[in-house]
Amino acid sequence: MTTAISAGPGHEPGPAPAARGRVRRLLDRHWYAWAMVLPTVLVLGVLVLYPLFQGIFQSFTDLNETNNRDVICTKTLGGGEDCVDNPDRAQFVGLDNYVDLITGERGKFWLLFTNTIVWTTACVFFHYTIGLGLAVLLNRRFRGRSLYRVLLIVPWAVPAFVSAFAWKFLFNPRFGLINSVLVDLGMDPVDWFNHRWTAMFAAIVTNVWLGVPFMMVAILGGLQAIPSDLYEAAEMDGASPWQRFRNVTLPGLRPVSSTVILLGTIWTFNMFPIIYFVTGGEPAGETEILVTGAFRAAFEGLRNYSLAATYGVLILSLLVVYAAMYRRVLRSRGEVW
Amino acid sequence: MTRRPRGREERSVGASIALHGTLLMAVTIALFPVVWVLLASLKPKSAIQSSEVALFDHPTLDNYHRVLFDTNFPTWFLNSVIVAAFTMLVGMAMSATAGYALSRFNFPGKRSLMWVFLITQMFPVAILIVPIYTIMASLNLIDTKASLVIAYCTVAVPFCTWMLRGYFDTIPRDLDEAAAIDGLGPFKTFWFVILPLARPGLAVTAFYTFLTAWGEVAYAIAFILSDKKLTLGAGLQQFVPQFNPQWDLLTAGAVLIMLPASLVFYFAQKHLVAGLTAGGTKG
Repeated sequence: MTTAISAGPGHEPGPAPAARGRVRRLLDRHWYAWAMVLPTVLVLGVLVLYPLFQGIFQSFTDLNETNNRDVICTKTLGGGEDCVDNPDRAQFVGLDNYVDLITGERGKFWLLFTNTIVWTTACVFFHYTIGLGLAVLLNRRFRGRSLYRVLLIVPWAVPAFVSAFAWKFLFNPRFGLINSVLVDLGMDPVDWFNHRWTAMFAAIVTNVWLGVPFMMVAILGGLQAIPSDLYEAAEMDGASPWQRFRNVTLPGLRPVSSTVILLGTIWTFNMFPIIYFVTGGEPAGETEILVTGAFRAAFEGLRNYSLAATYGVLILSLLVVYAAMYRRVLRSRGEVW
Repeated sequence: MTRRPRGREERSVGASIALHGTLLMAVTIALFPVVWVLLASLKPKSAIQSSEVALFDHPTLDNYHRVLFDTNFPTWFLNSVIVAAFTMLVGMAMSATAGYALSRFNFPGKRSLMWVFLITQMFPVAILIVPIYTIMASLNLIDTKASLVIAYCTVAVPFCTWMLRGYFDTIPRDLDEAAAIDGLGPFKTFWFVILPLARPGLAVTAFYTFLTAWGEVAYAIAFILSDKKLTLGAGLQQFVPQFNPQWDLLTAGAVLIMLPASLVFYFAQKHLVAGLTAGGTKG
């Protein structure tokens, strides 16, 4: 609270003379708070908000690699430069990019969209359920508990791109361990990256492996915040372990769960390295998700910056709509969030 | 610690076996890819690319020797260290002060700022990367480490601010009040009283920032053009092109990348768990 700090000498908040403007009063009272957030606000403003608006603007142009300069400069003999306005500079094209993307004229928006939904749903579902299961197990008291916990969070310490390569190595169709095991079990080896859903499966397995530890740790924290008398009371009432889980644990976890599921969904939706390295879009771009598709549009082949920006705006809108709906659902259940 | 110090600990033998069995299986899955890459890195190239499953096959450090002396790997490693360290320093300085202000003071604009931090988490790389690329290009920063440090701060600062705010919330306000009575201004209170107490939280965030930068690839691939300036994430993929991938170099490189990260992680994980939950549950 402000009062604690403003009690200090030099910052009396007391009734300011009427002559001083409102702005001045606000400055007097809050200047240190503003000073403390100023660097962050500046950085976010310059590097997030400004690029955001620029990105939105670019999505309405036909900006690409060849027309992104405002002026064209040619070196003259004397070592100087001659600059003229670029005759075919990027132009405003209105909603063309959006129309092209959504009607499938350019790019494969709906394929990538479906992939992204499948990818996000599957990953977040397994992250949460496996994380919850492990957290519940680890929340008991038994020998070796902390050792298990340390070992179980190892995947978290592995950078995403390293685990992408590690799993791609395991899923390698020719000499990967997974196929060797399949063959030993008498099954046919699978050419993992030659089919849309098997490639997707490999990517999802990788990401689930990578993401479970975070969920586990977060949920474990939430479990430990549930007061134990609730469990005792439930036990007195004769609740079975399952009933205790459903009626005490799950509701008690709700604040943590709602946060981690929202964050997890957003992170997975935007997860770049796993798809990029594990499937690389194979076969023939069929496992690309929206984020990797946008990246490829911007930095591979003819760099189509405006199309990438359009993807970006669409991704952001999807996430904003999702987050808003998510909040509304939580609110309607009476949760303050 | 669980707060159930009662007779429930006596678990039946069957339940014990099931509990340890499940956890052992989970641990195996968690460790397996790492161990397998480690084992593969010790095999000669021919053995890596054979379909025979063998834990050891003529173990040799040859792969490591070649990664360290015949490739650009050491340069990439150094680049990553520099980029990650600077990201950590800059990011921490900004998010600690902002997190403190958000935790302690009620000021106009606070709520909207918190929303901005949360929404920033939703920004896909896809929408920022091109505009940031154009900004970097106009500042002549493309193909420099500085461009990466700046770009990574946009990712790290909002999240760290959020986390540190949660951590500062757990430090009793009485301390601020006591400091104020002793005549310390808000900045001195922050520097001399709160920061020392927040060390575990700061450690977590520092570590998180470091790992974010250590593991980022999209910006690194897009911004860095010359081979010598690549960071690990972008460099490592050169070992595994579409055709003729060199898994021997890749596995050895992967182990070398995991080593420092895991070491730091091992020492930080206690704080990490406490810090993250403090930040995470307060929301």
